[in-house]
Amino acid sequence: MFDIAIIGGGTAGLTAAIYGARAGKNVAVFESTAVGGQILNSSAIDNYPALPHISGLAFGQSLEKQARDLAVAFIFEEVSGIVGDFGDFRISTEDGEYHAKTLILACGTIPRKLGLANEARFEGRGVSYCATCDGAFFKGKTVAVYGGGDTALHEANYLADVATKVYVINRSSKLRANPQLITSAKQRDNIDFWLDAEIVDLLGESHLEELVLKDGRKLSVSALFVAIGRVPFGSRLIAGLDLDEHGFVCAKSDCKTKLKGVFVAGDLRTKELRQLVTASADGAVAATSAVDLLNLA
Amino acid sequence: MSIKDVNQANFDEVVLRSTLPVLVDFNAEWCPPCQALHPILVELSDEADSFEIVSVDIDESPELAEQFDVSSIPCLVAFKDGAEFERMVGLKPKAKIIKMMEKA
Repeated sequence: MFDIAIIGGGTAGLTAAIYGARAGKNVAVFESTAVGGQILNSSAIDNYPALPHISGLAFGQSLEKQARDLAVAFIFEEVSGIVGDFGDFRISTEDGEYHAKTLILACGTIPRKLGLANEARFEGRGVSYCATCDGAFFKGKTVAVYGGGDTALHEANYLADVATKVYVINRSSKLRANPQLITSAKQRDNIDFWLDAEIVDLLGESHLEELVLKDGRKLSVSALFVAIGRVPFGSRLIAGLDLDEHGFVCAKSDCKTKLKGVFVAGDLRTKELRQLVTASADGAVAATSAVDLLNLA
Repeated sequence: MSIKDVNQANFDEVVLRSTLPVLVDFNAEWCPPCQALHPILVELSDEADSFEIVSVDIDESPELAEQFDVSSIPCLVAFKDGAEFERMVGLKPKAKIIKMMEKA
């Protein structure tokens, strides 16, 4: 029986693990892939206090080491569901069942997909959700980025150094990204903007070859980088939580959910600013609340 | 233990002519999730005796990436008897990788 089970080994989850373990609690982190979370994909972090330019990988690995040094248990299994109440939550994975007195949900978000019929067929064959991971395959090719937010514009600027031509396709006429990013993209002579344009189909034989837009236009590309936001992950692992209209778990900055003994930390929580620093803050708050509750019981 | 590097020159011998199934990890130095996957594969290669794990750096062997249509990394391609039988793209947990190799 763990005192605190944390679902998700990203920044929020690992910070919670550090706080929980330092308070003397028996803590487990459940992670289905590798520890570190979304930040692993960032080549450099420029907005985390006191660690300018640190790579996402170095940040994630350092957090993991800090938690491991405190004897946090890591369980590399995918959680399929959780039942029970404060004092005895039963966590099911593909390989077994675990028990914990309190829960911290820190599963974060995953990239929003296009929702097109051919999308899965072209994943890894031209359709990508991570330009820093896959951009280098398209040296000297024509590529497109779908989206108008910070991630999309970051990716367009990154890809402009690699690809011959980058199209930024956005559904609305207005780009939501930070003005600085838009300005730098507009200064690149190999980035073209197609605004008010919606992708409705993907075509190709074994590899993506063409995008079909709603107005009937077609665009030949070797790759499409999808950057249309992210959706919450894992908010339905346990029944009875309040979710907002997008599926994020409702909780104020105290990270307490409607269910006693269940806390939510990081990007999965309803909040204004989803950043590394707010994920860390949530992890600390959630773990401290869990520790307080355990000490009272 | 480390994972053996393969390239265009020894791919046929090490992967395609192997008597055991082989898991090929297509990766690159600049790819953060590949770096995160690496220790998982090292651990797995120490434990698994029914298959081998090798690594292909796609910058050193772009022709192999092209030959096997890899355009997203990390990409784990599973081979048996000289042919691909399954693949997975992205960071995956150890248990999923083992499940894929059990299909060999």
